Amino acid sequence: MCGATQGGLSLDGINVAKEAVVQGQVTRGGEPVGNAYVRLLDRTGEFTAEVPTSATGHFRFFAGEGEWTLRTLAPKADPVDRKVHAAVGSVAEVAVAI
Amino acid sequence: MSRENSLVTAQWVADHLDDPKVVLVEVDEDTTAYDKGHIKGAIKLDWTTDLQDQVRRDFVNKQQFEALLSERGVANDDTVVLYGGNNNWFAAYAYWYFKLYGHGDLKLLDGGRKKWELDSRELTEEVPTREKTSYTAQEQDRSIRAFRDETVEAIGVKNLVDVRSPDEYAGRLLAPAHLPQEQAQRAGHIPTAANVPWSKAANDDGTFKSDDELKKIYTEAGVDWSKDTIAYCRIGERSSHTWFVLKELLGQENVKNYDGSWTEYGSLVGVPVALGDERGEA
Repeated sequence: MCGATQGGLSLDGINVAKEAVVQGQVTRGGEPVGNAYVRLLDRTGEFTAEVPTSATGHFRFFAGEGEWTLRTLAPKADPVDRKVHAAVGSVAEVAVAI
Repeated sequence: MSRENSLVTAQWVADHLDDPKVVLVEVDEDTTAYDKGHIKGAIKLDWTTDLQDQVRRDFVNKQQFEALLSERGVANDDTVVLYGGNNNWFAAYAYWYFKLYGHGDLKLLDGGRKKWELDSRELTEEVPTREKTSYTAQEQDRSIRAFRDETVEAIGVKNLVDVRSPDEYAGRLLAPAHLPQEQAQRAGHIPTAANVPWSKAANDDGTFKSDDELKKIYTEAGVDWSKDTIAYCRIGERSSHTWFVLKELLGQENVKNYDGSWTEYGSLVGVPVALGDERGEA
C-alpha cells in the first residue's frame, strides 16, 4: 500500500506514560504485509498475546517491563523472531521483514 | 464428545461451502474483521452487541437468542460451524454459548480464521442472505456455566484453571497484551488455580494439539481428572477455548466456564487473591 504512514502507528488516545508499548510494521520486500500474525512471547517463550497486522502491516502490544520476543507468521513465509525490550513510558518500534 | 464430533478442518469447510445445511458463523474479538473479508457464505455474530445484554452484564436471554438466530437464518437442524480470529477465542466462546442454549450440531473450525488465512484460502466481502427461520432455544444449560459464588467455593476443592498468560496470572499484567493495561480490578489469580495458558493447547497456526499432548499438558499442570473443573480468564472467552478442549475434545464430564472471570473476580470485595507465579493457599 503506497502512502502508508512511515515511522509507526499513531499514538493518539494512548496514555504512553502508563503503558509499555511495543509496535511496528511487517514488510515483505519493502511492502507492508496486511495478513500477517504477530505473537508476543514472554521471557520464557510463553505465548502472551497475538494480533493480526493492519492493512498497512502495523501491529501494537501493551506489554510489561522486560524482554519479549515477537514471532511473526505470514502465508508463504517462515516464522521470524525478533527480540524487543519494553519499558513503561516508552514505545519500542520494531520493523519485521519476512 | 470427541474431536470427530466437535472439530472440522479447513478442508472440510472448503468441501461444504455450498451445503445449505451448514452455516458458517464468524465471531471475532475485532468485530470489523468479517467486514474486511470472510469465508464464503459465512454470517457474522457480533459478540459485543448480538450476544450481550446491552444494559446488564449478562447474556441475551432465551427469547432474544431465538430472535437473533431466526433473523440470521439459522435453523435448529443446521450444522453450525464457528470460526474466528485470535485462535478462535471468540468462536469458542460462541460455541460454548450455543451449547448453553442447546444447539444440536455444532463444530469449531480447527485453527479458525488464522489457519484459513495462513493456508492462503479465499475470503470474500460478499454478505450472504439466508431465509429467516423460527429458531427454538433450550433453557440455559447451567451445568457448563459457573457463577462467582460457586467459583469462590471451588477454591481448594475443584480444579480451577486460569487460562490467562503467566504474566496476567502472576499479576504483572492486567489484560492480554494487545489491550491497554489500565484496568479497575485488582491483579492476580484465584488461590489454588493452576495456570494453564489457553495457548498451550494450540499450535502456532491456531489448530489444537493432539488429544495425547493435551491430556499430558493438563495432567502435568496438576489438573485432577477425578474432580470437577472451572476454567476462567479475563472475560470468559479464552476460558471457552479451554472449556472446549477439556469438555469437547478430551470428554471430561463436569467442566464449567466462569464467564464473569477476572473482570468480575478481581473486582469482588473480600475474596482471596493470590499474587505471583505460585498457586497460593486455600
